[in-house]
Amino acid sequence: MTLLDSLAIAWTALRSNLLRSILTTLGIVIGVASVIILVAVGSGARSEVEKQIAALGSNMLVVFSGSSRVMGRSGGAGTDLPLSEADISAIREKISGVAAISGQLNGSGPAVNGNTNWTTTLNGVHADFATVRDWAISSGRDFTPQDLRAQAKVAILGQTVVKQLFQGEDPVGATIRVKNAAFQVIGVLAPKGQSAMGRDQDDMLLMPMSTARGYIVGKSQVQADQVGQIYIKFDGGTDLKDAQEEIETLLRQRRRIQPGGEDNFNVRNLAETMKARTEVLSTMTYLLAATSIISLIVGGIGIMNIMLVSVTERTREIGLRMAVGGRRADIMRQFLVEAVTLCLIGGLIGIALGVGSAAAVANAAQWPVLISPMVIALAMTAAAGTGIIFGYFPARRAAGLNPIEALRSE
Amino acid sequence: MNIALKPDTIATADTATAQPLIRADNVSKVYTMGDQTVRALDGVSLDIVKGDYVAIMGASGSGKSTMMNLIGALDRPTSGRLWIDGRDIGAMQSDELADLRNGTIGFVFQQFNLLARTPALRQVTLPLLYARPRPVDLETRARHRLEQVGLGDRLNHLPSQLSGGQQQRVAIARALINNPKILLADEPTGALDSKTSAEIMTLFRDLNREGITIVVVTHEPDIAEHARRKIQFRDGRIIDDAARHPLGAGDGAAS
Repeated sequence: MTLLDSLAIAWTALRSNLLRSILTTLGIVIGVASVIILVAVGSGARSEVEKQIAALGSNMLVVFSGSSRVMGRSGGAGTDLPLSEADISAIREKISGVAAISGQLNGSGPAVNGNTNWTTTLNGVHADFATVRDWAISSGRDFTPQDLRAQAKVAILGQTVVKQLFQGEDPVGATIRVKNAAFQVIGVLAPKGQSAMGRDQDDMLLMPMSTARGYIVGKSQVQADQVGQIYIKFDGGTDLKDAQEEIETLLRQRRRIQPGGEDNFNVRNLAETMKARTEVLSTMTYLLAATSIISLIVGGIGIMNIMLVSVTERTREIGLRMAVGGRRADIMRQFLVEAVTLCLIGGLIGIALGVGSAAAVANAAQWPVLISPMVIALAMTAAAGTGIIFGYFPARRAAGLNPIEALRSE
Repeated sequence: MNIALKPDTIATADTATAQPLIRADNVSKVYTMGDQTVRALDGVSLDIVKGDYVAIMGASGSGKSTMMNLIGALDRPTSGRLWIDGRDIGAMQSDELADLRNGTIGFVFQQFNLLARTPALRQVTLPLLYARPRPVDLETRARHRLEQVGLGDRLNHLPSQLSGGQQQRVAIARALINNPKILLADEPTGALDSKTSAEIMTLFRDLNREGITIVVVTHEPDIAEHARRKIQFRDGRIIDDAARHPLGAGDGAAS
């Protein structure tokens, strides 16, 4: 008996109970579809997060000033003792492995070009900002130390601002008004897209830190050397954990925090935070994987159940096959092939369903979805394996029948 | 009695003379049901030669069905020895018995035992699927056998589209497809009307004339009348063994 003979017999048997066969495969369909969906969406999400981590800048720590507490009420980040130019100098001098460092003082306000205006984030930064953030200047030039010393009214624009104020034309050399002061556009940032939080990172205007302190954030609110947050980029190979501890120790000294006292600042590794989110994501993936394994098992039990029913219903047929010369192994193989065929059909439907749903998710959520041939092979292997495991017991029962009794059964 | 001789030795020694196709020597079959033992066959000895046409008769519980199961290599004796085509089935494994059934015996059943929703041609090819090696000209051979039983125009009919007599003819074609030496029929006309029964018995007579050995198990005297030899079973023993038409005499066997 060839495999083709077994397949033909299996096909006839499955077709003669078409509805039952289809219902039986449902568990496998759902199991396989969920495997496909979870792997497709999960790996899509992971690649998205990895992209965002890359966009953040590598080997980077951020220092925020902490929140002040008045009568136990927290005033929010940055309300306590602000970080200063002196802190930046101290970090640059005392901490090893610092490649570049820049503050970022945040504000917001309208920028005007002729008769179009656009309210955006206004950020005072140091000359190294683009380096720290791995952010390329796509057109024009970066800030120079001279710009910083001179409080030059020069600006570098993000892509969104360029689109809004200049309809995408190159703005380098143009003059815009920011909070009623004339600024010369000297450069344009390369596009960076959305942040992990969904914020448009290209909607920003950069100006020298000194200029920002003088014109933008408002003298009354700003101490003379305030720098907002501090972004620090380290040389490749630097242990960021050690660096983080060193900075914490340094700042505690500088801020005269007693041992045991609470920090009024924060040093964060944003990439680590994001990685932690990927870990949550992979935990979710494992949970979903467990779910699909469970549905494969439940589906397999359904297959086993129906195969046992089928063996009972076809006892006479089994007896006949034995009488005309079918060996026990032939009978066994026939029922195994039937169970596997059933599972593979369910697997194919499941793959179609899974790929369709994943594509729909991709379309609806603007979320990249990856469907690899590996996953499809894995799903089919899982389906076939389910067929073999859960088909084995019914097949063995069929093969173990006594031909005389089988022929006599009703 | 050459009990000491091995079947192989017998086969080589007796090929010139009429070596029995089926030889039972003091065969017993005992079933245990709970704490009761049932002696279904009790020391049966029997020779059936090639080309014979034998009716095995007896009431329900006489042991005739047990004898049929043994002759059909579906079961092994509890004691005694049984040779089919020179092979001692008591010494054979399950797979060997399956192969013996496949190559040597054709089964015909009372209830036809056709596969549901399967056209006649594929019913008939079934035993060939289990043949080792599996032949390639399945359909040609099946078509030939169906023509032989007069169903050349029903190749693609399903059992539900065939009459009882036609279904039994399909079953007979299936039994013949492997060119068996023995055609073993268990109440072959039990589910058929008398006219159709007569047609089936005519078919059996023709097949026997072509040289195939036929063993029919029946409780109907009419059916047994067609055989050359009637063997009567009662309480697990042979009580009567009568040859009506000795082989090579009367209506002539072409063996």
